Amino acid sequence: MSNRYHRMRLISATAVALAGGLFTAGAAAADSVIRWMHVEQVPGNVAVWNQIARDYEAKHPGVKVELQFLENQAFKAKLPTLLQSNDAPSIFYTWGGGVLKAQSETGTLRPINAAIDANGGEWRKSINASAVDGLTFDGKVWASPVRTGLVSFYYNKELFKKAGVDAAKIATWDDFLGAVKALKQAGVTPIAGGGRDKWPLHFYWSYLSMREAGQKGFADAKAGKNDGFAGKPFVKAGERMAELGKLEPFQNGYLGATWNDALATFGDGRAALILSFENTPSTQASNSTSRKGLPDDNIGRFPFPVVSGGAGVTTDSFGGLNGWAVTKNAPPETEDFLRYMASADVQKLLARDTQIMPVAKGASEAISKPLLKEVAEALGKETWHQNFLDQDLGPNVGAIVNDISVEVVSGGMKPAAAAQQIEDAYSLERK
Amino acid sequence: MSDTLISANAALAGNPIAVSRRRKRSLANSKWPVLILFLPPALLLFTVLVILPMGEAAWYSFYNWNGYGSPTQWVGWRNYQLIFRNSAFTQALINNGLIVLASLCVQVPLALWLATMISSRIKGALFFRLIFFLPYVLADVAAGMIWRFVYDGDFGLVAGISQMLGVEAPFWLADRDLAMYAILGVVVWKYFGFHMMLFIAGLQAIDKSVLEAADIDGATGFQKFRLVTLPLLGSTVRLSVFFAVVGSLQLFDMIMPLTGGGPSNSTQTMVTFLYNFGVTRMQVGFGSAVGVVLFVICVTLAFSYKRVFMRND
Repeated sequence: MSNRYHRMRLISATAVALAGGLFTAGAAAADSVIRWMHVEQVPGNVAVWNQIARDYEAKHPGVKVELQFLENQAFKAKLPTLLQSNDAPSIFYTWGGGVLKAQSETGTLRPINAAIDANGGEWRKSINASAVDGLTFDGKVWASPVRTGLVSFYYNKELFKKAGVDAAKIATWDDFLGAVKALKQAGVTPIAGGGRDKWPLHFYWSYLSMREAGQKGFADAKAGKNDGFAGKPFVKAGERMAELGKLEPFQNGYLGATWNDALATFGDGRAALILSFENTPSTQASNSTSRKGLPDDNIGRFPFPVVSGGAGVTTDSFGGLNGWAVTKNAPPETEDFLRYMASADVQKLLARDTQIMPVAKGASEAISKPLLKEVAEALGKETWHQNFLDQDLGPNVGAIVNDISVEVVSGGMKPAAAAQQIEDAYSLERK
Repeated sequence: MSDTLISANAALAGNPIAVSRRRKRSLANSKWPVLILFLPPALLLFTVLVILPMGEAAWYSFYNWNGYGSPTQWVGWRNYQLIFRNSAFTQALINNGLIVLASLCVQVPLALWLATMISSRIKGALFFRLIFFLPYVLADVAAGMIWRFVYDGDFGLVAGISQMLGVEAPFWLADRDLAMYAILGVVVWKYFGFHMMLFIAGLQAIDKSVLEAADIDGATGFQKFRLVTLPLLGSTVRLSVFFAVVGSLQLFDMIMPLTGGGPSNSTQTMVTFLYNFGVTRMQVGFGSAVGVVLFVICVTLAFSYKRVFMRND
């Protein structure tokens, strides 16, 4: 594409020059174009990115940055063919995990090792190590980290008070089940769930299996040791999830509710809890019936509880990790642009104006909202960052995790059968 | 199209009185320029857009492939075995059957009943025809979204009615046992107008004098319907059922906004199964195998139905 683009530019520039009787086409044809494909739908955030692109262009004459948008689902469906065509973007948004690994194996991507380790690893050192690690396969860094995330419980302080539950005392899974029971007794719907989208419920299974298995146990399962995902910790995780499901903690009709419905349920104050992303304070508001949602001072946060006898700890975190992947034929300036995007100054800007959890060291100080600050601090202390399982285990096994999470919590499937189903699917990926 | 041309030419050429030998030869020759001129574009389009993708899908269906790079991992018939072992696929098959059944038992009789009422020139017939036909004009996705609101137990029509009656609102779309019936209701609502229009056209084609003759013979209204109208409408009924079967196999864009195939795969149809298990999971090989199975079912059904039921139409 870049060749074709250059040729087009050259032809049109030449035509203009000829028409004007001048021959000065050289400057225009020398532009390098970085084509930046994203799935961001919030206009404010895109505006911030646009500004970053324009600032970069101003500092680097001869480089142009073009933003291209594709809707999330369309993007995922189109990417396999797009990457193999001449129209491949220079950089694109990635969720890391199995999908990025599959892409890296096709030879259509360019690892950024040379750039990230240049000048004694200056770039690498400026980024949180867990973020870079999460996007590294076979010793190669396949994407430049841009943001991280943390899933934790958000609760409605008023409803907790009404039921006489103290969030600070919820440390173990049994404490949590106790809180759910107390809320039910007080006539409060305990949890907002989005069973139709499935993945909102996979948070529970993922966290529970992380708490049961711990980092090493999880890595062992991936490697196929100790019966893989059919092993004890994963069956136990399912049992605990079924235990929660038996309490009927979710709002009526949660199996038909989307994620946005769940956020609305929480934002309207119709349920006391939601296990959700770091941006919940703003998304619960925009999805609520009043569009205002709960005020920030009525929302509290606590980490996912630990389980008795489990190997996992509270600081093992589960959440997203996003980056920008570079394609094979991207112009050479692309890495420099990504380095600029990952610099502390730009990350601070992104953290302040688009409310992301930055990956550059020291950038989280730009976060001012208390609830977000709390998340940034928790991420700063994390002992293990597990990416979303529907990304990490690849789209197929991930979808099965989503399926079984809904089935187990709604009593449609036995925990052991669920664990076996994941193992059966994942055993095909191990090769 | 080329068939009719050839047979027309052959018919002309075969008439020994009207056509001289010279003319016969030139006519026989003349079919080639027409063929050469008109066949390639259609043949090319059909090959590139239909035959080749079908062949490709059949080929991919023997691989474990996620769409990246080129397929390399040959798995033989494994994808097909997985399909028939998958309980969601069995459910999808049952649901497709249910849709056909609902069409046969509810939709077609309802459409026929309404058609007999408003095909005659009674007052307001045109108005009702329009009203009943309106749902069909609506895009499937739009209909799905509208009904999602109707069925919503928090803010929807169902919620409002339950509140008025003072009972707790049901969540039909979230109920494994009821969701499919809720969808069947929408399917009947959406398509009965189309079948009604077919029947109105069929009714208008019936010769009035036959009905008058029955009147003179002293037939009652029901006898006229059973012994005259229905037999003469036979081809329309068969066509209507055919559309219902084909429509059931294609049903996708209404289900996605309503339930997306859930809860617990209880509302999958074959096409939503293909989408949910092939496309979104990036299982191109498995998805292709589902496509092939769907294709075989469609072709078998279409041809056997035409052979058995529509051979005289």
